[in-house]
Amino acid sequence: MIRSLPNSKFYKIGYRIYISLFYIFLTIPLVTICVLAFNDSNFIALPWEGFSLDWFFSDTTERLGLFADEDLLISIWTSIETGLFVAFLSTLVGTFAALLFEEEKFRFKGLLYFLALAPLVIPGVILGISILLSSTSAGIYIEDNFGIYIESLGPSFWLVVFGQFSFCATYVMLLVGARLKKFDRTLEEAALSLRASRLESIWYVTIPFLRPAIIGAFVVAFLISFSNFNTTIFLIGSDLTLPVDLYTRIRFSLTPVLNAVSLMIITFITIAAVINIFVNRKK
Amino acid sequence: MKKRNLTFYLFIIPVLLWLMLLIVFPHVDLFLSSFQFENDDGVTVLSFNNYLSFFEDSIYWLTFLRTALYSISITVLAFVVTFPVAFYLTKVVSRKYSSFFVLLLLIPIWVGELVTIYGWMILLSDYGVINSFLIYLGIIDTPIVMLYTDFSMIIGLLYMSMLFMIIPVMSALDSLDDSLIEAASDLGASKWTIATKIVVPHAMPGIASGGIMVFMLIIGDYVAPNILGGKSSLWFTEQIYNFFLTTINWSQGAAFGFLLLMLSSAIIWGVLKLTGQKLERVGS
Repeated sequence: MIRSLPNSKFYKIGYRIYISLFYIFLTIPLVTICVLAFNDSNFIALPWEGFSLDWFFSDTTERLGLFADEDLLISIWTSIETGLFVAFLSTLVGTFAALLFEEEKFRFKGLLYFLALAPLVIPGVILGISILLSSTSAGIYIEDNFGIYIESLGPSFWLVVFGQFSFCATYVMLLVGARLKKFDRTLEEAALSLRASRLESIWYVTIPFLRPAIIGAFVVAFLISFSNFNTTIFLIGSDLTLPVDLYTRIRFSLTPVLNAVSLMIITFITIAAVINIFVNRKK
Repeated sequence: MKKRNLTFYLFIIPVLLWLMLLIVFPHVDLFLSSFQFENDDGVTVLSFNNYLSFFEDSIYWLTFLRTALYSISITVLAFVVTFPVAFYLTKVVSRKYSSFFVLLLLIPIWVGELVTIYGWMILLSDYGVINSFLIYLGIIDTPIVMLYTDFSMIIGLLYMSMLFMIIPVMSALDSLDDSLIEAASDLGASKWTIATKIVVPHAMPGIASGGIMVFMLIIGDYVAPNILGGKSSLWFTEQIYNFFLTTINWSQGAAFGFLLLMLSSAIIWGVLKLTGQKLERVGS
């Protein structure tokens, strides 16, 4: 059953077949996308018409390749921008939250911690609609009472950033908090007894210890933001993010350029994952 | 003492702003909006009408029930499919290869749902890869209809959620001492007995947090039912989506959103109580 126990041949082979089938199931959609990105055809289907890079570089109206499709490039850029803002904000606030809940004692701590964890179990659609509703009502309230119209309170770039931040911060808090649990508090106490202020001891002692977790959390928040659809769709204004753009294209204008974009995403993620493994192995 | 207070405020103010403005206030507003109703004179009044229309029109509560039952079944399916894999990766395969296999698991998660669902769409369509392949082999003459059915929807939902089951289960199995399995085996326990009496109970915390994660992703998903599901594969989130973005009846949508939130919270709370888990373990 496990490495050290003998098994019947039948059992071993059966198990291997199951695992292979699982991995085929896991990789086949991604492999298919990548292969068909190079198919010299106007449709996303077999038969194989020959190798072509048209869906990357061609710029005729019939075949608008990825690097000639301005709308698509803009939405990729919007997603990168959104992701960076979300990652920055949620890393900052998530780290504050981790430090707050691990190191400080105060009233209503349990309740606040519960609220900070809530985004884990609130479906993304619900977060999207409730943030849309509340920011719209806040916008109407401000306009009625102060006569100021704030565009960002309606569906817009910044509403998407704040919507995604609302749950990414939870993931950052958990990732940084997990590392903080392993932190030797006596180091902080030593700094304090050497007359460092509380803020100095955190900045010079705790934060350097947390650095790998903070960097990791930044990347995680960026990637979650980059692929989010369920919350984003309700908050989005005129700047489409990549997942929303992909969704609209899947529904209304299906061309193999989608394969080309997907291939770029898959390649990027694979390289990032491989780098991550090598970095971890070195330690 | 004064300095300590300063850092404390530096931490708590952004956290309070985050939780109050983006978590508490929006959900209170969702709750309040769900009771707003525009009567025949065009005046907005407080009423239960948004909730009443949920029970009056059978398509709504049937979809609600369907979504709940499908979500629970697909969560169980995700467990059944992935448990042997999680066990294999932690206990059977040699450690040299396990990081490679785990890497393969992570890629579909990070690539994102839109891309993977699109991949299944290409695979399952009438003239898609699977049908073309089967026709080429001569197994079938006419394409089998797979896309835009419950089948394709289930495949999509299972695919995008199952990896969130494997990872917590693997970390739970990691702490299982191999010698327990060896001892049971020496004493003559069958594989089935070992699996049900030792392995699964030990992995229970991981199964619970994975199950909650998977269930939540499935019940709140919009992409897979909408792209892969057919006209009859209605999903409750699609109705919420329609109220917000198609028919623009936000307070009705808010009521439905609140019902969905209640349903998912109730089921998650039940699972946490049953397994004696804490919410904070779900995220890790």
